[in-house]
Amino acid sequence: MNAHEHLPALQVVLPLAAAPLAVLLRDRVAAFVPVLAATWAAFAISVLMWLQVGESGPISYALGSWAPPWGIEYRVDSLSSLLLMLVSGVAAVVLPYGRASIEREIRQDNHALFYAMFALCLTGLLGIVITGDAFNLFVFLEISSLSSYVLIALGRDRRALVAAYQYLIMGTIRATFIVIGVGLLYLKTGTLNLADMGVRLQEMTSHRPVLAALAFLTVGISLKLALFPLHQWLPNAYAYAPSAVSAFLAATATKVSVYALLRFYFSVFGETAVFRRLPMEDFMLILALAGMFVASTVAIFQRDLKRLFAYSSVAQIGYIVLGISFDSVTGLTATIAHLVNHAVTKGGLFLLLGAAMAGMGGITLARVHGLGRVMPLTAFGIVLCGLSLIGVPGTAGFVSKWYLILAALEKGQWWLVFLIVASSLLAVAYVWRFVEAAYFHAPRADLAAVREAPAGLAIPAWIMVGATIWFGLDTSVTVGSAARAAGMLLRVAS
Amino acid sequence: MTRDMVLRVVAKLLIPFILLFALYVQFHGDFGPGGGFQAGVIFAAAMVFYAVIYGLDNARRVLPDWLVESMIAAGVLLYLGVGFAGLLLGGNFLDYFVLDPEPVAGQHRGIFWVEAGVAITVSGVMLKIFYLFAGRGTDGEQ
Amino acid sequence: MFAHIWSHFDYWAMLFLAMAGLFIVIARGNLIKKLVGLGIFQTSVYLLYLGPAKIVGGTAPIVDAAFKVYSNPLPHVLILTAIVVGVATLALGLALVVRIREAYGTIEEDEVLRRDVQPAGEEAQQ
Repeated sequence: MNAHEHLPALQVVLPLAAAPLAVLLRDRVAAFVPVLAATWAAFAISVLMWLQVGESGPISYALGSWAPPWGIEYRVDSLSSLLLMLVSGVAAVVLPYGRASIEREIRQDNHALFYAMFALCLTGLLGIVITGDAFNLFVFLEISSLSSYVLIALGRDRRALVAAYQYLIMGTIRATFIVIGVGLLYLKTGTLNLADMGVRLQEMTSHRPVLAALAFLTVGISLKLALFPLHQWLPNAYAYAPSAVSAFLAATATKVSVYALLRFYFSVFGETAVFRRLPMEDFMLILALAGMFVASTVAIFQRDLKRLFAYSSVAQIGYIVLGISFDSVTGLTATIAHLVNHAVTKGGLFLLLGAAMAGMGGITLARVHGLGRVMPLTAFGIVLCGLSLIGVPGTAGFVSKWYLILAALEKGQWWLVFLIVASSLLAVAYVWRFVEAAYFHAPRADLAAVREAPAGLAIPAWIMVGATIWFGLDTSVTVGSAARAAGMLLRVAS
Repeated sequence: MTRDMVLRVVAKLLIPFILLFALYVQFHGDFGPGGGFQAGVIFAAAMVFYAVIYGLDNARRVLPDWLVESMIAAGVLLYLGVGFAGLLLGGNFLDYFVLDPEPVAGQHRGIFWVEAGVAITVSGVMLKIFYLFAGRGTDGEQ
Repeated sequence: MFAHIWSHFDYWAMLFLAMAGLFIVIARGNLIKKLVGLGIFQTSVYLLYLGPAKIVGGTAPIVDAAFKVYSNPLPHVLILTAIVVGVATLALGLALVVRIREAYGTIEEDEVLRRDVQPAGEEAQQ
């Protein structure tokens, strides 16, 4: 048995096997070991597959040895390999952090279940990225969604329960919309394999069921994407969940939904259906701009830091969708690069916020007064991530904004460049609120003796911050892979 | 309900047949409506019936919590084990063709064990859900 | 026109169920009623898949030399999966409702949101 050929299957199966093992070994230390091993192994596998795809092109794996399109196919190409590395990499960093942070945030006897749910969520996310079958995508989507509802509900505050319930309602409606879309596609094409669907749909692009399926899929995926105005669930869910969960979901869940959107738009429906038959370009442009401005503005007025940066996530998703609306290679490169850049930025940010919350006991602006003096490293890290959100050169956020501006200039839309810069100024405003609270106020009397974050929390957070800076300076991995992926997506469609 | 003679006798008569029916549904999934999920639910229904008539504590003595949780995990691991067996015998993951020298018999074998895993997990999950919901008092004590 | 409606009877039923389910989710404030509406919405999707799967004159999908036309088994399998997912979602939703009841003392959505505003007011002053 050659392990090398079976990497695509192992990528999903190893985290999946870790979950029941964690349930069996109820002890909190024993349950951590298989989940950690599976997560790190998943990351190693994704790197190996990324290298393999770079050398020899897409990998196709037939599950159960049933040849596609009859069987379920796992397909790894330049886009999915990048996302697999992102998701498993973030998980590999967040899990050790999670071990340290849930000591304070979750009851002792629930720790093993936390690890099991984390493993299941990782399985679901990896599965969405790697599968080449439409219904299989729905199944993995539900696996990741159900486990994220549980993870969010484990938060300390009782509002986490309400947030998880609202997310459950919206998430199930979303999943049902996606199933309706997939069902309509299956009725029209007779196949569930994504690549095969793409081929068969080429001659059917103006049929109404196909357009209806496109509409259902767009709405469904946009709900998970938190595209404005379907973003209502996100601020509550990120604010009240445990810190490790906020970081993990902020960095991965929305990015995987963007991947699903890109996959359906370009590999299944093709450019013609999406951009010529329906006014998707204008539609997405308007929603993206609305998201960028409205969410950034609302973020400025938040008092709870986690909610503030959750609204910032909605704004950043606006940038990502803006890149898609350009329908050009540069635009898609900006989108895909921003998936990675925003993931490491927001992931690092939420990890640092969790460390600050552990030290200060809460995460409102009033509580973090004087953070710069009491926990200087943590505060500095948050500022660095904030700079990346604004798009300062030298950070990862700048790279994606640069490509967005290039794409807008390619289309000759100067007013768009102005809007992109204007929304970055709004980001300055909400990052400044944190800077003002942390550096220009004295810490509260009872919190003046707080020390810097422990290594278990600080090291993973700083790995993400370091990645933010590194991807800002060396863009070969992000932009190189993104350009390749964008070229592949648009070439397949045309 | 422990006092009602008719209910107790009827329960004692019916529960074995319900369990047998669960096994029937499990193994006849190939030829008629049935399979792992349905069989697991019927099995759990039999246990819930027992718990309703004889009390939750008695049911917990027959199938204690640790056993139910282990069932949940064991079923999933059995399913994955079948997948890995396909891998080790030279095929892809979840390959049933290689499980037996004759491919069709291999399919039978693979489906049999996979459905068994599904039935174990589903009955465990349904029972655990019942224990959790029924075990909570109406005023919120555990 | 009536013949057109009658021949697409299953699609009309699916639309009716879907709209009814969505309406209940949006319009009802009780958390459990929302879950019921969600269940109805999911059921409508099963009809969308199963209606076209039954081929007129087709028999059960078990290979036999005497029959040539079979019903399509794939949608049945897909819907089994979807039913299981729906059950899991319902169980999770109900568990959350039980916890919310314990934490807030009510399962009406506007009551829950109202009781949330007061503590949030205190926390903001910290």
